[in-house]
Amino acid sequence: MLQFILKRLGLAVLVAFTVSFISFSLLFLSGDPAAALAGEGASGEDIEALRTLYGFDRPMLVQYGDWLFSALRGDFGESYYFKLPVATLIAERLTVTMLLGLCGITFALVTAVPLGVAAAIRPNSLIDRIALFLSVAGQAMPSFWFGLILIVVFAIKLGWLPPSGAASWRHFIMPTIVLGYYAMPAIMRLTRAGMLEVLNSDYIRTARAKGAPEVQVLFKHALRNAIIPVVSLAAVQMGFMLGGSIVVESIFALHGAGYLAWESIGRNDLPTVQALILIFSMFYIVFTFLADVLNAWLDPRMRSS
Amino acid sequence: MSEPLLCVRNLNIDIPVGGGTLHAVRGIDFELQRGEVLSIVGESGSGKSLTSLALMGLLGKRIDRRADRMDFDGIDLTRAGKRQMRALRGDRMSMIFQEPMTSLNPAYTIGDQLAEALLLHRNVSRQQARDRAVELLEKVGITAAASRLGQYPHQLSGGLRQRVMIAMALMCGPELIIADEPTTALDVTIQAQILRLLVDLVREMDMAMILITHDLGVVARVADKVAVMYAGELVETGSAGAIFNAPSHPYTRGLLRCIPLPGRTARGAPLGTIPGIVPSLVGEIGGCVFRTRCDHAVAACHGAIPHRGEADHMFRCVHPHGHREDEETPA
Ligand SMILES: Nc1ncnc2c1ncn2[C@@H]1O[C@H](COP(=O)(O)OP(=O)(O)OP(=O)(O)O)[C@@H](O)[C@H]1O
Ligand SMILES: [Mg+2]
Repeated sequence: MLQFILKRLGLAVLVAFTVSFISFSLLFLSGDPAAALAGEGASGEDIEALRTLYGFDRPMLVQYGDWLFSALRGDFGESYYFKLPVATLIAERLTVTMLLGLCGITFALVTAVPLGVAAAIRPNSLIDRIALFLSVAGQAMPSFWFGLILIVVFAIKLGWLPPSGAASWRHFIMPTIVLGYYAMPAIMRLTRAGMLEVLNSDYIRTARAKGAPEVQVLFKHALRNAIIPVVSLAAVQMGFMLGGSIVVESIFALHGAGYLAWESIGRNDLPTVQALILIFSMFYIVFTFLADVLNAWLDPRMRSS
Repeated sequence: MSEPLLCVRNLNIDIPVGGGTLHAVRGIDFELQRGEVLSIVGESGSGKSLTSLALMGLLGKRIDRRADRMDFDGIDLTRAGKRQMRALRGDRMSMIFQEPMTSLNPAYTIGDQLAEALLLHRNVSRQQARDRAVELLEKVGITAAASRLGQYPHQLSGGLRQRVMIAMALMCGPELIIADEPTTALDVTIQAQILRLLVDLVREMDMAMILITHDLGVVARVADKVAVMYAGELVETGSAGAIFNAPSHPYTRGLLRCIPLPGRTARGAPLGTIPGIVPSLVGEIGGCVFRTRCDHAVAACHGAIPHRGEADHMFRCVHPHGHREDEETPA
């Protein structure tokens, strides 16, 4: 088990380095950062001065090493736009994004898994059809559209929930539903498919032959096996959500990291964008690593491979 | 004779399929006394597994099971509710399946799975259940039994897994054990070993067993009674002696001709085979199902087929002796 974790960890670190280098260099590929920083109408001299000031004239690898080393110590430089340390800027917003991501994935899991199980127990039943409808609707409906419907109904018409902001837990209800609903269809389908397959397996028949009650057969014997790929998927989706909540954050004016990334791209605020890309990809890598570890923990066959 | 442990009368199993209803098992009767070994033989698809699953109440929801009588120790299984069946399964009757590689749950240790079998039916502590598991693992010939409890199924070979399955079936000391081709999936070299183990345990613990197998050599050695199934029907049933010494149904004779028996088949003699294929069991079925493959088929085989013989040796055939009168009895 330990060996397996170390192997995966090594792999994760390797991927992290690659990703950090790509995220670093992508911004250089997108144009001259000094020119971008100086803004339109700046003279050639100004641009050169900025180039020297920010060290853009050094070899790229040196710049990368410098940037990475600082980043590892939590120093991402200063935002061009806010003139504040990027780390401070992001730390504030990241709490909102992480909270939203956590709520979103929880919402997705607590709705999708029971629905998937219920649908698998009775294929083609009413509940299966409802689950199918919900998952198709979830995949077909863009998040911004669904978000707007919720705002119109629950904030404007009924006045039950605040339409925007992040001041209280009530502000998080609609964003959670929209973000969670985005992840729900895939989780539900995987749960349903997994349960259908597992319920047909020989060891389920063995469990019944032992005299195990149906609830125990379903949850202890079947779900325990069917949930393994679902856990991985959820972890990977969680990684996605943390970086992909831009739309949801914008609709509900939740000032999270996704929203900041969106704005920073528009403002050509390179250090902030770089740092956010790095952080988002690190989340993704960490959650993929967690998915592997959870997988191994849940599936004894994985541990020895 | 005492009240039989198991008594089945007119068992029918219907499966809805695309083109209608598959009458997979039709009009099966048999009885089993305590401590007896009944062997069900018959070629693939004859309904042996369905019959045993019907006894255990493990047929799928779509499958329709009807019987005039299906009593286990005086309990009417046809009327038993889910709860009552569950209480019987794994406790008083248990089953060993054909597929040891996939019959154990990959997510739990064998210790957990063995203990569960006891914990479901007995009010014992986890420790007591584990002790019982060790005891049974030793009984089925697994060395270092205590250290095996923490192992997962994927760490064991097929033979070991089937030993674990046998141990699991014995956890509660059942009165009836149903073994559905318990060694078919195993290496030829260990088949005999596992089977001998199973039979010895059955004798030692004084259980009744239904042994489903293709191996007539094994049947000859261990069975008290034999039931021969063909295309969903019991074509011949009787004591092992009667079946082997005086096989009466043409199908049984064909089967016995298919296998070499020590002392009965001359060395080097060609093995018999039964030509032809099993008829479709979807829709109405009339007359003798074996007539399409039978050397003795006559016009009457399309009509009602009588039961012949006495209680301890019965067969179904239009011919009073299982063959046309103008022919001499086949060897
Ligand atoms: N769930 C099912 N759906 C449709 N047909 C089935 C189902 N289960 C069994 N059958 C059919 O019923 C017949 C009897 O099956 P059964 O498994 O009892 O045969 P068997 O005698 O055990 O054969 P084998 O020696 O191959 O195990 C077969 O023709 C099989 O195809
Ligand atoms: Mg079978």
